[in-house]
Amino acid sequence: MPTEILMPALSPTMTEGKLAKWLKNAGDAVKAGDILAEIETDKATMEVEAVDEGILDKILVEAGTENVAVNAPIAILRGEDEAAGAAPAKSAAPKAEAPKADTPAAVPQAPTIVQQQLAAEPEYTGPTATHTVREALRDAMAEEMRRDPKVFLMGEEVAEYQGAYKVSQGLLEEFGPKRVIDTPITEHGFAGLAVGAAFGGLRPIVEFMTFNFAMQAIDHIINSAAKTLYMSGGQMGCPIVFRGPNGAASRVAAQHSQCYASWYAHVPGLKVVSPYSAADAKGLMKSAIRDPNPVIFLENEILYGQSFEVPTDPEFIVPIGKARVVRPGKHVTITAFSKMVAVALAAADILAKDGIEAEVIDLRTIRPLDTATIIGSVKKTNRLVTVEEGWAFSGIGSEIASVMMEQAFDDLDAPVLRVSGADVPLPYAANLEKLALPQPEWVVDAAKRVCYR
Amino acid sequence: MAKSASRTASKAGAQVTPQELIQYYRDMLLIRRFEEKAGQLYGMGLIGGFCHLYIGQEAVVVGMQAAAEVQDSVITSYRDHGHMLACGMDPKGVMAELTGRRGGYSKGKGGSMHMFSREKKFYGGHGIVAAQVPIGTGLGFAHKYSEDNGVNMAYFGDGALNQGQVYESFNMAALWKLPVVYVIENNQYAMGTSVARSAAGLKLCDRGAAYGIPGQQVDGMDVVKVKEAAALALAHARSGEGPFILEMNTYRYRGHSMSDPAKYRTKEEVAKMRQEHDPIDRLRERLLAEKVIDEAGLKNLDREIKDIVSMATEFAQSSPEPDPSELWTDVLVDA
Repeated sequence: MPTEILMPALSPTMTEGKLAKWLKNAGDAVKAGDILAEIETDKATMEVEAVDEGILDKILVEAGTENVAVNAPIAILRGEDEAAGAAPAKSAAPKAEAPKADTPAAVPQAPTIVQQQLAAEPEYTGPTATHTVREALRDAMAEEMRRDPKVFLMGEEVAEYQGAYKVSQGLLEEFGPKRVIDTPITEHGFAGLAVGAAFGGLRPIVEFMTFNFAMQAIDHIINSAAKTLYMSGGQMGCPIVFRGPNGAASRVAAQHSQCYASWYAHVPGLKVVSPYSAADAKGLMKSAIRDPNPVIFLENEILYGQSFEVPTDPEFIVPIGKARVVRPGKHVTITAFSKMVAVALAAADILAKDGIEAEVIDLRTIRPLDTATIIGSVKKTNRLVTVEEGWAFSGIGSEIASVMMEQAFDDLDAPVLRVSGADVPLPYAANLEKLALPQPEWVVDAAKRVCYR
Repeated sequence: MAKSASRTASKAGAQVTPQELIQYYRDMLLIRRFEEKAGQLYGMGLIGGFCHLYIGQEAVVVGMQAAAEVQDSVITSYRDHGHMLACGMDPKGVMAELTGRRGGYSKGKGGSMHMFSREKKFYGGHGIVAAQVPIGTGLGFAHKYSEDNGVNMAYFGDGALNQGQVYESFNMAALWKLPVVYVIENNQYAMGTSVARSAAGLKLCDRGAAYGIPGQQVDGMDVVKVKEAAALALAHARSGEGPFILEMNTYRYRGHSMSDPAKYRTKEEVAKMRQEHDPIDRLRERLLAEKVIDEAGLKNLDREIKDIVSMATEFAQSSPEPDPSELWTDVLVDA
């Protein structure tokens, strides 16, 4: 049966165009792929190709006609053995409207926040040993590598050098060069390679010597690791850990001193953790390696050498998505993560001398954020101060303040205050550097203000 | 390296059977007809966004797949429909993804540039120019780590070849002798910029020379030559010798994407390529000349392909849009 040839669209926004020229005449035989006509819009000239073979039976829109609507019939094509002039089938007309999904048009609500589904974290009562954060991270990786042969570590200086900050000490010796791999200095390349290895069924741990250098690789972290599961309709999970020191170290200036927590926490498809204690570093690292999703694991160079009690049970893990109250109190809540937990705890000591009992929450996980624990605390204290080393603008404190506005407004007796790094690239000079990074006194000051003292 | 490569090449040039020739013809024709239909559906407003057609380049992926083994993996850029069909993915699922329907390979959430099939070892479908090169290198890493004797074929264009991450990948692949065949689909234009205006140096296949990676130029408009080169490159990578670079000289007849006015090249240039180098017409002439198949047989094949594309089109138009609840799924795997 003859079919109509329709005016094509050059882009989703085009509604009409000019039929500039016919390259075939009525009566001509055409093959699929032959150029039939040229059409023009204000932006471009395009060729219309035949998608079927047959005879061009009739031209319906003459060359030179302007404002031809998209999907208007412009010619009729008939089969070689069909009679000229027969009425065309309408079946070739587009079904522009898709069959609609049979659910109501209302915008579906986001699913309940993940951490509310998490079982309460059991209190660990077993034996412990004193370890540095550095050792705890190494032990976590070693235990998981013993547990799963698909886990491997790659990064700059992780093998023979034993880690730029000695976090991977001894791993090459135990697991060999197949699983502990020194890379060239090529962050973009090895991050992409590791994502491919994860797609291919392995479980890579990628060490960035510091997260500052991961900016070279951020396209793969976000576009390749975080988004592919969604873009594939759930087919292509990416079980990978990107880890390394984050934030300011000491006197290394602006390019080597930045907190990336809010950068990565912005992105659906990533989990972001940033522990303070060695026990949490170990337990969260084990969870991160076992997690089927990409996890950003933000460590801190200054914490590496600090010692804490760490559970010795190799099955001890800390669930991702759970904050922890590290110091109970009733007058004001202070949230912090990573090294800033120490700042918050120091502030709480000072505040206690003035009769203010601060409750300090170690967020531990940034995304998914454990809002339930923060809200639970604010219901008790009615006051909140957030502490982070990064910049305030679009920072973690800003996010927490928004959540409090939305979900705990009636529980607040004072505005939420943010303590953050100064809004400048981190300076090198010792005095200026100190002026730019949150100090316990800043937290004390903010806590007193929300307590109206 | 280059010497031993050419020795193997003459060996790999062994006979292609008549059945294989017919299969190549059929596979290329399916891609051509599928893409023509996709262009038509785009014109009708049924496909949105970006849509990059593979018309003209069919011999590259069909020739490569002809030499591949079942455990080998494939990754490519956003001009990916042909690769998916050549990997054996269902045309219905591909077309339904183009129309953004729930029957699509990514449930309508990926679109033209983002489809995957673990079953067929097709790993996308990537929208960032050259990002698939290190990812493919990582798939090669996984093949080696898992000792599954597989090779990754990482396809990218002459435009992607100028991205830094390609050389980061070359370096690691050569250093660690990863089983990867890098397939440069040199279709002469990076969007609207010709190779002459964007690539310094000599042949593109020599871009791996500094890393000791052998490279070879191939007539990418001749499916049999592609298959021979692919067999050699795959054997090299599979043997533990490390990566290999194939530069496929090919040509896309259509614009970079649907909205490309193609003012950077002449119509005569396009017409000349189509008339003198079309991979499907050339093979068709050979099939007839060698009496592998007659006109009636070709007509049957045409009809068979037309039916497959029609069914895919029908499916892609009748499959429902994704359920609104799908908005929130597949962000994370449940831990």
